[in-house]
Amino acid sequence: MNRTPALASTALAFAFGATAAGAEGTITFTSFGGAFQDAQRAALLEPTAEAMGITILEDTLTGIAEVRAQVLAGAVTWDIVDLGLADCAAAQEEGILEPLDFDIISVEGFDEAAYSSHWAGIIYFSTVLAYDNDLFGDSPPQSWADFWDVENFPGARSLRNVPVGTLEIALLADGVAPDEIYPLDLDRAFAKMEEIRDHIDVWWTSGAQSAQLIADGEVDMLSIWNGRLDAVVDDGINAGYTYNEGIAALDCLAIPRGAPNKDLAMEALAMMLAPEQQANMPQYINYGPTTSLAFDLGIITDEQVAISPSAPDNLAVQVITDADWWAENRQAVQSRWDEFITR
Amino acid sequence: MTAASDPALQTGDNAAALRADELRERATLLGMSVPALLIVGVIVFIPVGWLFWLSFTDGDQLSLTHYRRIADITHARIFWQTFEISALVTVLALLLGYPLAYLMSQLSPRWAGICLIFVLVPFWTSLLVRTYAWMVLLQRRGLVNQTLMDLGIIDMPLRLVYNYTGTVIGMLHIMLPFMILPLYAALRTVDMNYMRAAANLGASPLRAFWTVFFPLSMPGVIAGSLLVFILSLGFYVTPALLGGGRVMMVSMKIQQDAGLYFDWGAASALGVALLVITLGIFWVLSRFMRIERLYGGR
Repeated sequence: MNRTPALASTALAFAFGATAAGAEGTITFTSFGGAFQDAQRAALLEPTAEAMGITILEDTLTGIAEVRAQVLAGAVTWDIVDLGLADCAAAQEEGILEPLDFDIISVEGFDEAAYSSHWAGIIYFSTVLAYDNDLFGDSPPQSWADFWDVENFPGARSLRNVPVGTLEIALLADGVAPDEIYPLDLDRAFAKMEEIRDHIDVWWTSGAQSAQLIADGEVDMLSIWNGRLDAVVDDGINAGYTYNEGIAALDCLAIPRGAPNKDLAMEALAMMLAPEQQANMPQYINYGPTTSLAFDLGIITDEQVAISPSAPDNLAVQVITDADWWAENRQAVQSRWDEFITR
Repeated sequence: MTAASDPALQTGDNAAALRADELRERATLLGMSVPALLIVGVIVFIPVGWLFWLSFTDGDQLSLTHYRRIADITHARIFWQTFEISALVTVLALLLGYPLAYLMSQLSPRWAGICLIFVLVPFWTSLLVRTYAWMVLLQRRGLVNQTLMDLGIIDMPLRLVYNYTGTVIGMLHIMLPFMILPLYAALRTVDMNYMRAAANLGASPLRAFWTVFFPLSMPGVIAGSLLVFILSLGFYVTPALLGGGRVMMVSMKIQQDAGLYFDWGAASALGVALLVITLGIFWVLSRFMRIERLYGGR
């Protein structure tokens, strides 16, 4: 289908913040459910549906496998999917996504690592170093080198049971500069992992588990997603964290190949990625916009900026995960990780 | 009234009617089992056969790529750990379950029934709930460690969960009813007159137990052990939650491979390998034990 004047006028109407009734129709948006999808609904889906005069149905998924299954079976029911960073890059490489139309989608203010030909980042989250404030008081661990320092920072520890993110952490602990992390020096990273393995009490696998570990006092310090730690702190747990040497990662939005309403989805995607809508996100959940322009609109409060994983000051001290590197090396690294973890 | 007792029924017409009746009854029975057969055929055999096929293909051509990939030290460790944990859980379940099943078989039906309820209530509780319950009990500041420390038995919390120990404890708890129920069924049928006869002939109670009662209870021991062992091989949730990342069983690797690699073949290969190794173990066991007794064979 060609882009018709009606679609162009919708984009125009959006640019002026008006409510336009352009293309009518329905698309299906699929994400990870829970508090995250609730926030996406309020921040992105409802404004987009209203502006475009369309209905946005929702579904949930757990990752790339379901998207792959739909595309390979030729029975795609989803128009827009939310995927983790490594899945986005893998899906692009496998050819199960539609190419994005950058004539309608603007990526102004995006970091180069935050979009690609077939996907665009929608939120930043960060894997941060968090710790029990009751135990460490005024001198908590502030870097991964501190985390590895079991003499001066005794306590139970936990890291995530995946190579993505964790190997970056090992290299940072070993003194590699944040801008020299990629391509990963695997020998060095695994050698550093050997040093800490006997001091890791739990290798966590799910976000909920990591939150439980710090909330129950099962561990005293761990790597954890910033949003999970915020939720723990909101529940009254005395825990703290630092963005220093955090590993910033993205969730992306993409259109599965053969999506039933591809053109409408492309347009809706353009709206969701625009700074005006992304700026809504922090008031519902503490994930960061992927375009720095979102911080210039005055929608995000100073308090939210201070704790946002993608606020310029916070992003500056973090490493942004290189999705392309991981897409190319994921399988080989995973085998090596399995060998390490099962030893 | 039988056909033989009534000459009128032996005429050709009646015999034909009887045969027709019988055929109708068979057809009805067959008809009633068709849905079940269809479900088993469509939902079990076709997909499993398809996965089996996939494990030998790469893209469109026949290939052993997936099998070559799992022939490494990591997979060997995962398979070994899976069988080791399953065997350990089976042995522990037998050691814990046998005395209880024995006790129940000796109690009056009323008390045996009460005991049975205590076995069944956890059995009816969700596996996930019980797994999380163990997490709460066994963790660093959990009930067990807290109690032991309050009593002054230990100074430092024990590492009871997020490792091998926690996995075995959790699986053992979930598997116990699967051991106790077949054991109890078998032990109940053992005729205690044999034991009296043995005592009468001068056997000590212990000797009578080992030479008379225990061999007679073997069908229950084998049934329970096999059930627990097989179910343990496929465990996913409990080792994933209580293993703390250190324990990796085949089912967890299958899940990982299905997501990590581009097609189902990688995961299918693991499933097929697990099936073949399990059948191999059975074959070896069947040389020593009469496993076929379980299916009602002689």
